[in-house]
Amino acid sequence: MENKSCLIDLRNISVSFDGVQILENLNLSIKDGEFITFLGPSGCGKTTTLRVIAGFLQPDGGEVLFENKNMNGVPPHKRQVNTIFQRYALFPHLTVAENIAFGLKVKKTPKAEIARKVQEMLSLVNLKGFDHRMIDSLSGGQQQRVAIARALAVDPKVLLLDEPLGALDLKLRKDMQVELKKIQQSLGITFIYVTHDQEEALSMSDTIVVMDGGKIQQIGSPTDIYNEPVNAFVADFIGESNIVDGVMKADNVVEFSGHVFDCLDKGFGRDEAVDVVVRPEDVDVVPAARGMLTGVVTGVTFKGVHYEIIVDIGGFLWMIQSTEIEHVGDRIGLVIEPDAIHIMKKSEYSGTFGDFSSFSEEFDELSDVNAGLDREDHDDE
Amino acid sequence: MSKGIAVGNKKANLFPFSSWMVVFVLVPIALVVYYALTDVDGFTLSNLRWIVTYGGTLWLSVKLAFIATVICLLLAYPIAYSMSRAGARVQRNATLFIMLPMWMNFLVRTYAWMTLLEDNGLINSALRAVFGMEFPGLHLINNHGAIVLGMVYNYLPYMILPIYTSLTKIGGSLIEAARDLGANGGQVLGRVILPMSVPGIISGITMVFIPSISTFIISKILGGGKDFLIGDLIEDYFLGNSGVVNYNIGAALSLVIMVMILAATFIMNHFDKDAQTSGGGVI
Repeated sequence: MENKSCLIDLRNISVSFDGVQILENLNLSIKDGEFITFLGPSGCGKTTTLRVIAGFLQPDGGEVLFENKNMNGVPPHKRQVNTIFQRYALFPHLTVAENIAFGLKVKKTPKAEIARKVQEMLSLVNLKGFDHRMIDSLSGGQQQRVAIARALAVDPKVLLLDEPLGALDLKLRKDMQVELKKIQQSLGITFIYVTHDQEEALSMSDTIVVMDGGKIQQIGSPTDIYNEPVNAFVADFIGESNIVDGVMKADNVVEFSGHVFDCLDKGFGRDEAVDVVVRPEDVDVVPAARGMLTGVVTGVTFKGVHYEIIVDIGGFLWMIQSTEIEHVGDRIGLVIEPDAIHIMKKSEYSGTFGDFSSFSEEFDELSDVNAGLDREDHDDE
Repeated sequence: MSKGIAVGNKKANLFPFSSWMVVFVLVPIALVVYYALTDVDGFTLSNLRWIVTYGGTLWLSVKLAFIATVICLLLAYPIAYSMSRAGARVQRNATLFIMLPMWMNFLVRTYAWMTLLEDNGLINSALRAVFGMEFPGLHLINNHGAIVLGMVYNYLPYMILPIYTSLTKIGGSLIEAARDLGANGGQVLGRVILPMSVPGIISGITMVFIPSISTFIISKILGGGKDFLIGDLIEDYFLGNSGVVNYNIGAALSLVIMVMILAATFIMNHFDKDAQTSGGGVI
């Protein structure tokens, strides 16, 4: 852990507001030059962690280290960290160029140097020629770029981005994801990114920190997080998951839903109860007679690339993604290959997520044609 | 025109507003202009010459109104700033307390200052009670200071409230962004808070300076009638307090003041880049 490239160290950080614990003993090392994302639902503590790093918030306990120097009590303007705020927080009384120059002016940078830097930043964010425009004459995407240029103009070591794309529409958001990643790679500085959008996190990050309830649930690369979630929360939050109760019969053998499957996981106790994750896209649909599991289709939703099919298997409702349509009421078979099965130890989240047999709220949403829309609304809050 | 009340007909929709404007704004102004530019023999510009005769009075009015406006601004800004950074409950109560005196009659408030400041008023009585009856007492009333005090006391809320409103519009994240970019407390104030509150400052200045320059009650009650302000002169010409009733001269003086205020407002709004969009300015 204590290697040279470690830039920021959070040690046992605790924060509480009005007696409510927001962060609990948080430990995290951030490497120099990495794109790291704090991912979690609202209220998970991701923005609070960002504010602790920025210096807007003093933790109740624990230490923030920058290059092994303790930063507790150091105010924001003395940290080599800059923030892109959720709503950009651009200065409406200044032009685009004056906004970008703000940080340099307060540092008493020579005029010629400021002018050069402003032009450099404008071309970095593709806003050449916008120098004299006022902020309120810009679109959301343009304002976003000005905010990035303003923060990068002061040469920060670390850029903190607090849900920076939340106010943009879907297409622009995707373009900005690519552009942000490009900027980060070309400058080689550390980006710490906060989002509740798992797709955004997966497509941009080197490292994802999944948070919930003020605690880090898992740290890992996007593929690790997706393929090897440590518990039911992570499995459910990142992508869609069928999470069922299972029992390890032996190494590489697991039983769930009344069938014994081969799998690639080992190292569990004999007959240990586990959570089994099967991603909807990893299940093959076959005629009922050839299925390892069989069930009745209870819902079909067209999603563009695929159909989302809900299958009732012995009272437990699975979600399957298939490019071929099935019909409600049909009996179908499912085949699950060993590499499609991921085994997790039981955790406090077991039974909370993806347990469709209990007819949870999540399930009601999934089987609803409008569920996708509803979820978007919740995310935006 | 049965559909006249619907959105289609803009002229009809504006009828209540435009009729009000005509009856209570345009006609009175036209009357002032008419009286100012005529006498018994018809059209003349000679009425306007009186402003030169009363140049000293005009200058005193401008000076006292200017001093009162500056004092109001210096007092109001810190008050408005601390209010805007306080919690919601404190903000509500503070606004209430600032408005509270305005619920009392203007005359009553001004007379109250007279009973405080008089040679045998409450302040001097209190001082005599402390220092003995032979204490000569302070001469607090019937001077320029008392007039300015009256203006500041009466018009301060009109300076605080617009500044307060403009300050509350500056989001906390803007201040955080400025600090984040390396600005210290003074730079945040000078580069973000102050420039962004300019619309409020301009509204405040307008709303204090205009009633101050045209007041006649405050100077009469607290100035002892010794120091005539331009408002007192105009009142005299219309009511004939000093024996002469002359609407023409009164109207001419009013017209000059009106043009001056209009010009001043125009110049001030020039400093407020986005008065048109934010609606912060008064005119």
